[in-house]
Amino acid sequence: MRRLLSGNEAVARGAWEAGCSVASGYPGTPSTEIMETFALYPNVYAEWAPNEKVGLDAAIGAAYAGKRSLCTMKHVGLNVAADAFFYVAMTGIEAGLVIVSADDPSMHSSQNEQDNRQFAKFARIPCLDPADSQEARDFTIAAYDLSEQFDTPVLLRMTTRVCHTSTAVEVFEQQATVPDQKKYPRNPLKYVMIPANARRRHPVIEARIADISEFAETFIHNRVEYRGKDLGIITGGVAYQYAREVFPDASILKLGMVYPLPKKMITEFAKNVKNLIVLEELDPFIEDQVRAMGVKLYQPAGKAEQSYPLTKSIFPIFGELNPAIVRQFANEAGLYAAEIDFETAPISLELPARPPSLCPGCPHRSSFYVLSKLKIPVNGDIGCYTLGVAPPLSAIDTCGCMGASIGVAHGAAIAGDPERHVAVVGDSTFFHSGIPALINVAYNQSNVITIIMDNRVTGMTGHQENPGTGKTLQNEATISLDIEQLVKACGIEKVLTVEAFEVDLIEKTLRTWMKEEGPAVMITREPCALLPEQRKRYIPLEVTDQCNGCTVCFRIGCPAISKSEILDPKYNRPLAIINASLCTGCEICAQVCPRDAILFKSQVLAKSN
Amino acid sequence: MFSFPKLGIKRDVLNFFLVGVGGQGTILASNVLAELGLKLGYDVKKAEIHGMSQRGGSVISHVRWGEQVFSPIIAKGEADFLIAFEKLEGLRFLDQIRPDGVFLVNDYQIVPVTVSSGNAIYPSDQDIRESTHEITSNNYWVDCRSIAEELGNVKVANVVLLGALCGLMEAELETWFPIIASKVPQKSVEINRLAFQRGVDAI
Repeated sequence: MRRLLSGNEAVARGAWEAGCSVASGYPGTPSTEIMETFALYPNVYAEWAPNEKVGLDAAIGAAYAGKRSLCTMKHVGLNVAADAFFYVAMTGIEAGLVIVSADDPSMHSSQNEQDNRQFAKFARIPCLDPADSQEARDFTIAAYDLSEQFDTPVLLRMTTRVCHTSTAVEVFEQQATVPDQKKYPRNPLKYVMIPANARRRHPVIEARIADISEFAETFIHNRVEYRGKDLGIITGGVAYQYAREVFPDASILKLGMVYPLPKKMITEFAKNVKNLIVLEELDPFIEDQVRAMGVKLYQPAGKAEQSYPLTKSIFPIFGELNPAIVRQFANEAGLYAAEIDFETAPISLELPARPPSLCPGCPHRSSFYVLSKLKIPVNGDIGCYTLGVAPPLSAIDTCGCMGASIGVAHGAAIAGDPERHVAVVGDSTFFHSGIPALINVAYNQSNVITIIMDNRVTGMTGHQENPGTGKTLQNEATISLDIEQLVKACGIEKVLTVEAFEVDLIEKTLRTWMKEEGPAVMITREPCALLPEQRKRYIPLEVTDQCNGCTVCFRIGCPAISKSEILDPKYNRPLAIINASLCTGCEICAQVCPRDAILFKSQVLAKSN
Repeated sequence: MFSFPKLGIKRDVLNFFLVGVGGQGTILASNVLAELGLKLGYDVKKAEIHGMSQRGGSVISHVRWGEQVFSPIIAKGEADFLIAFEKLEGLRFLDQIRPDGVFLVNDYQIVPVTVSSGNAIYPSDQDIRESTHEITSNNYWVDCRSIAEELGNVKVANVVLLGALCGLMEAELETWFPIIASKVPQKSVEINRLAFQRGVDAI
């Protein structure tokens, strides 16, 4: 049966069809929907872990226990999970283990565009790289077989374009048999990585990767498509689609497995085409390996040969590809002769940007308004609240990776920075990797003020459950982690939980704490305004004729409040206007208005009665 | 081969480029188009970027139909239909359209925060019309928002626009509508049918 599935849905489908019955991971764009889809299949256990490393350990544990298992994350998640990734590459498994890394070329929603194919080479495990949803499903199934055949975890490397493109997929309506529970292995030589055992395992995994390279020669998802012999293209992943689109007459060596490579297949292909190029996104990962085999690639006439350390030739190393980019760079290299107009029709108008911003009613806004007013350095973190960097709030000074806020603020404090630092972190990010950093602040008693913005959900990735929400991924009721108790248990004595919309209390508390010594934690608590229960409570506020256009309410950066076309007669300034279809009634604007010119919800209701 | 003589379109692969603002139902509309293509027996690709869309940013979706479709992304200057759920976003992605491709726009503006904060100016209708006319004479403006308001639910504006597209492509309502009906809550199927019909009639 053919169904339209996104790449992510297809991975979930493939895992289920392959008899995978355990999955763990951490949400992260563009990977999130894999786990959300998998969790809905029958006969499976799926969970959100607090972070990727914990999730991978869980999937490894299940694979040791004899169940096919899955672990999903975005590309930077694999940095967090790297410790587990490397030991499981050494130990191997009892049942198939597939680790999905969803890379984000062009950084649609990420802090970098690292190419995680490199991780497979680093750890000596095979890497599959699908080009569409059918391949995402097929490669996932193939990955489980490969994993068990060679006693290795397999890296399934996805990219945003494959994750979030829907294409037709032929699916099989049945799940493979999930094996019965086996006796847990007692095999310390293989599974206890003390140095003596690890030294024995290292040659095993080097031999394994050589065997897999040999296997790659006949792996069905590596294939040669001979068409014209003038141009031969070695490609993998989504770049295959651009190769077919732009070069319909070229011969193509399509690599489903991008590590390790089939050397004989490549050298044979090279012999049969006149000009050979590699077309791939991001790093010259295939290109460097092909050159290392001694295979000669096409060298554009009159162009200096690419040399160490910048070894990528012809196509850009930055960003995702598309047919226009491929045509343009192929044209510059003398490979694409058709006439093309690279100058797209110019629009002479200067268009206003539409940057993402904190939503109307966002409970993070009040803290950022106060921080912006206090003008103190703020070390930020990864989540919706990173948008606190945008003007007019402009209240974040650093943001690097998950959990970095508290550690970086601590670093400034121990370096003797004379300004008091505030670390800002969301609930899910705090559970992910903020806790050890907060323990460090408490243990070493640094002057860091931490604000944990607890909006009761993992927001940025689209409302996933987390240890604070009281629900699991599969919608089971569970504990709701008490952040205040946890913070106290970490050794922080000065802790205050406030309602996130209490602007004055937040300001007063921060001003007091800034004068005092030692660590402090404020928990600002209020559910995300986009949660269904919150949406039911929206009451749009109104601006009264007391407004004189003083602009204070514009400083909160709320999309629902803007300058109207009516001018104040005395000051000739535009008066504020509230867009009733956007306003949720959070009352931050009403609280900051110095003239009480914005009605609170109670006043709006009283008026309408 | 796709052929729309009145629109001057004759193509092996048909490219729909959809743009809008988070919350306008752009994704639902592109899902409908993708499933419709599959139902009509074509190879289909639908590409979109998730992530920031809920936070007031632009939403973009590429839908391609053909015997065999490779690239999930429509190259600049190759969209046969640019379907804009908001005027500024339509203008922003005008360079996606082929010369004399179809520009179908919801005559509705959502002011971005850069404009509401007074740091930028929203382009006038006249500017938008002049810019689009430089690219194509196939311009269709439909006041989907007002039609949806008349029907009593602003949320169906996206379905009005889909109806207009159906009208432009001279397709059968009974082929298109069941897919929409399968994607909206049961209780709102009827209002969506009215919205779709109003869109068809608007062309």
